[in-house]
Amino acid sequence: MEPAKKLDHNYQLSLKELPYIIRWRDDRCTRCGQCTAVCPVKAIEPTVKVKRTVTSEGPVPTPTAVRKIVHVIEQVTTDINRCCTGCGACSLVCPNDAIEPEYNPQNKFLLYKNRGGEGYRRGGRRNDPSLSTLDRLKFTRISMLTDPALDAGRHEFRVRTLLGRILSPEELPLKRVNGKLVVDSESGKFIPPVREIFPIMIGSMSMGALSPPMWEGLAMGVAYLNEVDGLPVVMCTGEGGVPPRLLKSRYLKYIILQIASGYFGWDEIIHAIPHMVEDPAAIEIKYGQGAKPGDGGLLMAQKVLKLIASIRGVPQFVDLASPPTHQTKYSIEEAVAKMILSMSMAWGFRVPVYPKISGTKTARAVLNNLARNPYAAALSIDGEDGGTGAAYNVSIDKMGHPIASNIRECYLDLVKQGKQNELPLIAAGGVAKKGNLAANAAALIMLGASAVSVGKYFMQATANCFGNEYNRCNLCNTGKCPRGITTQDPKLYRRLDSDKVAERVVEVFRSAHVELKKIFAPMGRSTELPIGMSDGLSIDDKAMADRLEISYAC
Amino acid sequence: MCRLAAITSNEYFSPLENILTLETMKEGHDGSGLGLTLKDLGGDFEDLKGYPILSGICSKEGAKTLDDFMEKAGFKLLEVWAPKIKHIKGITPRDHYFARVYDYPRSYHNKSTTAKEDFLMNIRLTLRKIGEPDESIFIFSFYPDVITLKEVGDPLQLAEFFGLDKAHLKAKIIFAQGRQNTNYSIYLYACHPFVPIREFLMSRGFHGYIGYNSDREVFTHILHYTVRQLRLPLTYYKDVITPIKDSEIVIRKDGEALRLLKQSLRPLCIDGPNVVIGFTPDGTCFMVHDAKKLRPGVVGGIKGKYALMSEECGLDSAIPKRNKSKDIFPMKYDMVIVTPQAEEVKIWNQLKN
Repeated sequence: MEPAKKLDHNYQLSLKELPYIIRWRDDRCTRCGQCTAVCPVKAIEPTVKVKRTVTSEGPVPTPTAVRKIVHVIEQVTTDINRCCTGCGACSLVCPNDAIEPEYNPQNKFLLYKNRGGEGYRRGGRRNDPSLSTLDRLKFTRISMLTDPALDAGRHEFRVRTLLGRILSPEELPLKRVNGKLVVDSESGKFIPPVREIFPIMIGSMSMGALSPPMWEGLAMGVAYLNEVDGLPVVMCTGEGGVPPRLLKSRYLKYIILQIASGYFGWDEIIHAIPHMVEDPAAIEIKYGQGAKPGDGGLLMAQKVLKLIASIRGVPQFVDLASPPTHQTKYSIEEAVAKMILSMSMAWGFRVPVYPKISGTKTARAVLNNLARNPYAAALSIDGEDGGTGAAYNVSIDKMGHPIASNIRECYLDLVKQGKQNELPLIAAGGVAKKGNLAANAAALIMLGASAVSVGKYFMQATANCFGNEYNRCNLCNTGKCPRGITTQDPKLYRRLDSDKVAERVVEVFRSAHVELKKIFAPMGRSTELPIGMSDGLSIDDKAMADRLEISYAC
Repeated sequence: MCRLAAITSNEYFSPLENILTLETMKEGHDGSGLGLTLKDLGGDFEDLKGYPILSGICSKEGAKTLDDFMEKAGFKLLEVWAPKIKHIKGITPRDHYFARVYDYPRSYHNKSTTAKEDFLMNIRLTLRKIGEPDESIFIFSFYPDVITLKEVGDPLQLAEFFGLDKAHLKAKIIFAQGRQNTNYSIYLYACHPFVPIREFLMSRGFHGYIGYNSDREVFTHILHYTVRQLRLPLTYYKDVITPIKDSEIVIRKDGEALRLLKQSLRPLCIDGPNVVIGFTPDGTCFMVHDAKKLRPGVVGGIKGKYALMSEECGLDSAIPKRNKSKDIFPMKYDMVIVTPQAEEVKIWNQLKN
């Protein structure tokens, strides 16, 4: 008889509680140990078991029990913090396809993932695998016989947008001289800086959140797209400083510098201004992030290694928390107007400065404040499906506003004021969640966005990030990214080749460029973006159609 | 696709000329409708040039409403012209087709042209509001020295229906449109991305910018906005509807201004297929194309008479005796401008100016 103690498993969870169950095949496993070595959370471990086999040889049953010591791979069930996250790094390294995690839809993970009184923190985006509004939007206005559609392969296309405050036609400081228009320099009218860019931009992901090769790969890809392909793609740094060499290089013009409430890296940036040979593309002031509205930035101590500490100007191995709000600013007047002016002034009013907020019901209040501020260059709204490197699960999953209706109501608000062309809206949060980069971008543009900002998708598409909406991996906050994307550990990030990332960035933008043309051509658009061309969109849900003021099609 | 036939001359001519050219271009329209606009009028209207003419259609009840309204608004009826309708099979005549010449209310006699124009527009919009719900009044135009006629049917039959062959209706600029009907009851069907344009124009604070049920309203309102409201020279209309690339703007002498203009008027760009033939109040006629030249268009003629047509055959019908080698087929960057009184024709190019 077995001792009673061994039957008491209450200190363990059952496998059924866990989000991912490891399927391990004894017959295929060679016991090489690669899976256990690679597992970022130590969810599996090699162990020894006693195996009792009963054999019988000869014509008459003569059962003989043999006890053998065997080596197996076992999933840990005693520590919720070591539960399998389903990243699949084990399958990746297994030479014999002997192991893989399987999603367990019955899991009760969230019931336990708060040991020590600490709420579950993770990276990634909102865990909701259902079809987003963006993916339900269809392009239904196709020109055919009544009017010839344009030809994406033959006709000239210009997929470009404007980033910066645009003057209303009525207030342009122009005068006629001999039948021609010239800019009236004596009018004293401020002409805001405007950049012509590709309408899909790489959203703010900080150096620190990302590993050096990932950040470098993105930056190299962006430079190549601009310099070689002539596609004016820009990327935003996120809050976390910029490598000093980039600040002083001519490639800075492709970079949007972000300032957030922690001001990390800004001492270095300000000091580099006199040495800059190019102005940055723009300055983004981050007030909120779609993935975690009302929560500040967070770079956990384990990611603050020497390089990051020096770029950000902080000591090593300390938690770097940006406060949820800009601590020195108490009102929208201070927070927005003064910061926009300060930033504009730092670059002699030659650089567009715009705020980024998280998707919210109050977005229109911010918008209307900006609409009256002639120095506000745009408004970026980050919807609830946006990604993050680190946040409380509750913020990621439950806080925020979907981007589609938020951007639409803001755009229509501008239309009412006749300012729809003056203050560009940048939409973000969940673009290409299912891989439909061009289609999601085009849909947001037709709802009223001037540009879209995309982050998480680039990690997935260019660096094979494992994360998905089934809480797979989502370890960005731990510094243990198995792909080497969101880690500062050289042992991990050496897995990532920055050249390959750059190549993929270029491929992704080239294909998105072609796909955008394929969408715009049959809708009759070629030289200007169909911003707010809502008559081209339909959705298969009446309530959504009404809310977005588009047509219903089924 | 419709067919357009515009003729500008230094002598008065009959709209029948335009209709006959439409007949030669019949393969391009289905005879589902005719629109005629006459400017710089001769005949009975020659002595009434300063007075606004109200053109439209109304029912018997509508006529009473119209009279009462105009009287209350202070307008004095000077002259009424109505076509002598000949019944033609297939065309259902409406109660009244009219062009009524009015004198301004006394308070407007000494007002500026702009003030008068705004006043006329407001009257027209009010009449539209009154007559639209029960379809008792349709107003096509209310402007000095301009008459507009419209009806559903084949242009040649409509000419007979309106008795244009016998009427003394003449003008120096006449535009005719033979309609190809693709929008019986559906609006906003075409290749032109209207919604952003409509929203942009309607948010300009000018209440004449309403409607947008046809291409024509879109193109005329953009013209009105750029030339009248923003006071831009006419050639900038081309730069607004088919803006050139930034790399091309650099070579223009007015590049800096043009770049600002392109940015500020970004929603007014027309990408879809179109050819626009238009005139401005001073009698200048012009033709512009979409940047891909997906619609045909040709300009030709002799000094004193030029025609702006959809097709060469229409031009042959309108002005057969001309040097055909000098016919102009406007290209991507071109705007063809015929000066008032059909004095001369000029090609203005977006890259060479």
